[in-house]
Amino acid sequence: MSISLFDIIGPRMIGPSSSHTAGAVRIGQVANRLVNGKVKAARVTLYGSFAETGRGHGTDTAIVAGILGVNPDQGTIRYAKLLAKEADVDIPVFFSNEEPEHPNTARVYVQGEDGQEYTYIGTSIGGGRIRVTDINGMAVSFSGEYPTLICFYQDAPGMISKVSSILALEKINVAFMKVFRSERRQGACMVIETDTPVDEATRQRIVNNVDGIKEACTL
Amino acid sequence: MIDYTFTSGEELLRLCREQQIPISEAAVLAELAREEMDRKGIMGEMRTNLEVMRESIRVGLEEQQVSITGLMGEDADKLMAFTEEAVMGREMTRIVASAMAVTEVNASMGRIVAAPTAGASGILPAVLIQYGDAHDLGEDQLIAGLCNAGAIGMIIARNASIAGASGGCQAETGSAAAMAASALTELRGGTPEMCLHAAAIALKNVMGLVCDPVAGLVECPCIKRNAIGAANAVLCSDMVMAGIESIIPFDEVVIAMRNVGRMMHPDLRETARGGIAATPTAQRIAEKIRNFE
Repeated sequence: MSISLFDIIGPRMIGPSSSHTAGAVRIGQVANRLVNGKVKAARVTLYGSFAETGRGHGTDTAIVAGILGVNPDQGTIRYAKLLAKEADVDIPVFFSNEEPEHPNTARVYVQGEDGQEYTYIGTSIGGGRIRVTDINGMAVSFSGEYPTLICFYQDAPGMISKVSSILALEKINVAFMKVFRSERRQGACMVIETDTPVDEATRQRIVNNVDGIKEACTL
Repeated sequence: MIDYTFTSGEELLRLCREQQIPISEAAVLAELAREEMDRKGIMGEMRTNLEVMRESIRVGLEEQQVSITGLMGEDADKLMAFTEEAVMGREMTRIVASAMAVTEVNASMGRIVAAPTAGASGILPAVLIQYGDAHDLGEDQLIAGLCNAGAIGMIIARNASIAGASGGCQAETGSAAAMAASALTELRGGTPEMCLHAAAIALKNVMGLVCDPVAGLVECPCIKRNAIGAANAVLCSDMVMAGIESIIPFDEVVIAMRNVGRMMHPDLRETARGGIAATPTAQRIAEKIRNFE
């Protein structure tokens, strides 16, 4: 993926750290988007430099802010824990001394009001940019910068074209697409980053009409 | 159709030569080629960035800043008050003090523009805005400066790193100084080649600089490193405008910086385990902050 001018001159953000504060907000926002803003509960574990220096950088506060849907440039970040209390959403943050693969790593569990649950690993890669490297136990890689459709399915021929043809019918342009799987003909995962969001009706059409799709979520 | 993307200094220079454009325009064309924003959108976004940068300087110099830990005081104000006595002269003092002011705002959970990161956010706005004010430059010229700086940062981010956790402080305040040196050189009428010479010298000047924040926070030594970063940018632009060139080409310096970053022990990459963060005084401060929490 090519770098944008605004990855370098930007983002406009609340300090003190693009990786430890703004990036942490963005990692938290993935949870908020996965459950369409309806967060019932969440749990965060910080690793590496996030765990070691997170308190002084406000990383714990920033990630809670993101889970609640706050943006990286909003002054309310510092009051996130208060906001969580007001919204009656319990979001404990743990600090782990386990050594992660990437220095700035967070594991987030989120439960939506409709009962759906996700656990993902987000890494802050500098300048406020992030990558999600694992979702519900499946190794993936996406930035969260685009509307994203994630399909979990049984690995079988033709799955990609079935999903992409539904997107084509809805005139949704695919920006990036990656396929991940655990083993041949086992659980697989399709991550599709699009130019325009995949709406709820389209998501349901994919789940209902494509055999072998176990689950599809959007952010 | 012309390919407006560039991944190295060489490619950027070729584009500038063939199209007879400055680096700032090449940066805009590359952004247009991503087909996410039109020119008006790009300029508007950059103008907003410039406004937030200007505001962060103002807040840092005029309002009292209290960092999360209380580690840092009003150092930007102290330096500003010393302007008339400073050996480095009025213009340089204002630039350096502004760089510190923005970093102080950042440390206080205030609003800044990462350029390229929050830890190094003081350098570019200080150099461009203070130079612009002293020489009556218009907003459009300053926006062009930001675009030029962005092009340099894009190449460094692609071929090396702009994150202290990956490349140390050289990747943060070093990159910011290289960006600001190049931008300033374009605003002063330097050619694209001269801009890259300025950027290369700025990176060489801090090759190997480690990221060793006391208690892991973006306060000490980051605020003063932004001061030296801004001075580094001005110095390199001055050298280049005086006719001095970088012996080593920009692209080779960037790769050297990447390699040095990879050789750097993890203790020297933002983990607060090495460098000045490991000194007895720094350890005492860290302990105090831990107990405070």
